[in-house]
Parts: sequence; C-alpha cells; structure tokens
Amino acid sequence: MIDLIMNDILGTPAILVGLFALIGLLVQRKNSGDVVSGTLKTILGFVILGAGAGVLVQSLDKFSGMFNEAFSVGGVIPNNEAIVALAQESFGTETAMIMLFGMIVNILLARFTPFKYIFLTGHHTMFMACMIAVILKTGGLSGVSMVIIGSIILGSLMVLFPAMLQPYTRKVTGSDDFAIGHFGSIGYFVSAAVGKMVGKGSKSTEEIKVPKSLGFLRDTSVSVSLTMVILFFIVAGFAGSSYIESELSGGQNFLVFAFMQGLTFAAGVYIILAGVRMLLGEIVPAFKGIADKVVPNAKPALDCPAVFPFASNAVIIGFLSSFVAGLICMAFLPLLGLKVIVPGLVPHFFTGAAAGVFGNATGGRKGAIIGSMANGVMISFLPALLLPVLGSLGFEGTTFGDTDFGVVGIVLGNLIRLIQSNILVVLVILGILALLFWIGWKSKANDNKNNTEAA
Amino acid sequence: MKKILVVCGNGLGSSMIVEMNVNAALKDMGKEAEVSHTDLTTAKTEQADLYLGSEDIVESLEDGKKKVVKLKNLMDKNELREALENNL
Repeated sequence: MIDLIMNDILGTPAILVGLFALIGLLVQRKNSGDVVSGTLKTILGFVILGAGAGVLVQSLDKFSGMFNEAFSVGGVIPNNEAIVALAQESFGTETAMIMLFGMIVNILLARFTPFKYIFLTGHHTMFMACMIAVILKTGGLSGVSMVIIGSIILGSLMVLFPAMLQPYTRKVTGSDDFAIGHFGSIGYFVSAAVGKMVGKGSKSTEEIKVPKSLGFLRDTSVSVSLTMVILFFIVAGFAGSSYIESELSGGQNFLVFAFMQGLTFAAGVYIILAGVRMLLGEIVPAFKGIADKVVPNAKPALDCPAVFPFASNAVIIGFLSSFVAGLICMAFLPLLGLKVIVPGLVPHFFTGAAAGVFGNATGGRKGAIIGSMANGVMISFLPALLLPVLGSLGFEGTTFGDTDFGVVGIVLGNLIRLIQSNILVVLVILGILALLFWIGWKSKANDNKNNTEAA
Repeated sequence: MKKILVVCGNGLGSSMIVEMNVNAALKDMGKEAEVSHTDLTTAKTEQADLYLGSEDIVESLEDGKKKVVKLKNLMDKNELREALENNL
C-alpha cells in the first residue's frame, strides 16, 4: 500500500502536479466542477508535454546528425521548453516537488523579509526547478534533502533576481508597481549597466521611426517555424544530399526532408507550449491567490514582455542586436572547443527585446544596441558552458537558453563537482545565498536612504 | 456567458497575468465571463466574444468579424477595466 502511494502515485509526476492543483483549488474553495476540471486539465497538460517532447526529439536527432556531418562539431539548439520536456521522463517527480516547495519558500521569504516579490512567471519557475533537479541529482544528491535544498535555491532566486533588477525596472516603468520575474535577469542587468557606461547623452530609441513589420515574429510558432526551416536548409546544404538521402530521409529529397523536419520541430514546441499552458493554468492563479492573502504589500514579478510597452522601438532594436551578436558568436564557439549554440529567434526575441528596453532606459540608442548585444553574447556562451554539468541530458542536442539558467547552473554544477562532500556543498550554497541576500538588503537600505535624501 | 480571450506571443506569461487581472476586474464590476489565455496562432481559430492583448500582437487578429481590443500597456489595470466596461 505504501509502495503504491510512494512509487506509483507520487512517483508519477503527472499525478503529483495534479495533486498540487487539487490542493490549490480546494484551498481557494472553488466549486466541485472547477475542482474536477482544473485537476484533470493539469494532469492532461503534463501528458501533452510528454507527447510534444516525443515529436520534438525526432527532429532534434535528425538535426544533430546533419550538423555533425556538415561541420564535424556538435550543434545545439537552446530551447527551454524542449529540454524541460525531455527531462521530465527522468526528473519529473523532483521537478514537481522543487517547483511546489520553491513557491512556498518564495511566499515565506516575501512574508518575512523585505524582499516582497512574488514570482508569477510560472513556466520559468518550472524550468528553473527542472534545471536545479537535474544538476543536484546528477551531482549525487537525492531524496528529501535534495528537494529541501533545491526548493531553498529556487525560492531564493525567485526574489533575488527581481530585487537585483528593480532599480532599473523602476527606471524603465517610472513606477514601483511591479517587478520583472524572468530568468533572463542577468542579461537585462548587464544590458542596463552597459547602457549606463556607453550611453552618455545618447537619445532614446523612442525618437526614431522603426518599421513595425517585424511584429509577426512575436508569434512564437511562426518564428520557431521560420528559424528552424532556414536552419535545416542551411545545415542540409552543407551535409549534402547523398548523406541525407541515404542515411536519414529514406530516399526523400533532402530539401523536402529538411523543410518537413524544421516544421516538425516547430510542431513539437507548439505542443509543449500548449501542455505547459494547461499544466500551469490552475497552479499559478492558486499561487497568486495564496500569496495575496498571506503577504501584505506583495509586489508581483512579471514575465519580461511587461516592459515592452515602455519602449516599443527598443524591443525591435534589442532583438536584432542580440541576434546579430548570437550569429557572430557562432563562429567563435568551436574555436574555444565548445559546442555550437545555434541562435534561436525565440530566446533572442524575448530576452534581446527586454535587454534593449533596459539598455535604452539607462543609455538611449547606444545603450539599447550595445546592451542587448552583450545579452546576445551571454546567451550564446552560457548555454555552451552549461552543457557539461547537465549530465546525460547534455547530449540531447538542446539546452536551457536564458542567462540566469546558465549562470545558476554553471555555479551550482561546478560547486558540486569540485566539492566532494554533499554536506559541504549544501553549506556553501546556503552561504552564497545568504551573502546575496545581505548584498540585496544592504543596497536596498542605501537605495531607500538616497530616495529620502532626494525627497 | 461571454467568453474573453487574452492573447500574447507565447500564451504563457503575460497573457496569464492579464487573465488574472481580468478576473479581478470582473469581480469588482460584478460581472461574470469565461476568461482564458492563449498564444497568437491558436487565437486565430479560437472563438471568443472579446479578444484582448497588446497592440502589436492582437493587430493581426483583426479580420472584421472578431471584436479585438488593443491595449497600449498590457499591465495597466485602469486601461484594462475601461476596455472591459466599454466592451461587455
């Protein structure tokens, strides 16, 4: 009986997240119809996620094969959705546990410390939970202790990153109403800092006319399809028709095959997105509902498009600059012995655009361009450096895209690798987090003092 | 019951937050509606009485038949409330 509960029920991640949703719905006193449909939809979302991973991995395998044949180095497509979906088979339970308890740690920190942020970007919470689970488990931690330390790390990151960015977010939005809760924060922070350095006297991007015709790239399925088809065409061209038609396509014309594989990848991402949407549809509102009740003056930390309306030209300029930087970096990665990170339109669009907005706020046009290029360089090198610490998952041909995953993952993974004793690792991690909180607390105190002096 | 669909690029982050804001505003106004969120591609074929989203995104939904409201600032609760009051 215990075995049935522990291994078969709680050990099935889909049922586990369904239980979380069920508890959330019951706590909110929803009516029975909402409870049943919400719980079922959450579980269904998880099943859909796995189905999407199945579609995606077919195309990813073909891509890796062609890329190797063409350039004799490994090519990797950074895509958070893809790697998280692939990881669920082996790390699903741990991901779900760390996600839930990480949210609880977030609420506790917001309740009892001056860091009042509630991190509402649910898919990023899930992705970060997954990465932490993968690294800790690969590093040899397991069981309850792994879930506890993982949740503390996740919950801390959920308030530290919005806090780090908040002085600049205030500058962008002109108010203190909301924070940015998105794990590309280090990229935005660097962009704003670079903007401050280079952008003295540079005019705002909002005084230039920028064509709106690139707006169609905001539609994720269109931009993923477009990038992947172009990428597959280029790689297929280099790999050559004879290799593809004899080894991969079973005789189908290599260009037709490349076209269909590009769209298969996009279809996989679309299915995964639909799954994630369904999976989080009940959990995030429950999280917000509970946080609103428990934490007075909670400040919502929102997904990065929240800053887009404040500088719509910087959005386009930032995306283009970041993408160009990604293309240039592609040539340098193999020289350093790293795998080639193929720049994706989606990570460059969302994080490049937000980096552009932050760069513009501190350094006008120059800040937007150079700041988001810095972001583009980071999201090319960090994913490549992250691969070795992901264990077996590092060989799947995809990886996490955004800056914070890279920085957190590289630090965490190498700590575990360098320090033999697990207890020592946990202590070092707690020490680093405590230091970050202290820095955050101190600069916040300074900030408040400056504000009162100014007033 | 009327159906409101909130749309953003990925259909994950911003649209979900706006959906929660819409629900709160409706409660405030004493009105009821079915609210959900999705990405742009799906929105093109999904039926709803009202489509909400930021200007640059929902522009491409306008086909003369759909009732689309373009929000200047997605996170502005006053603008959202005004949009709901004028269109429900």
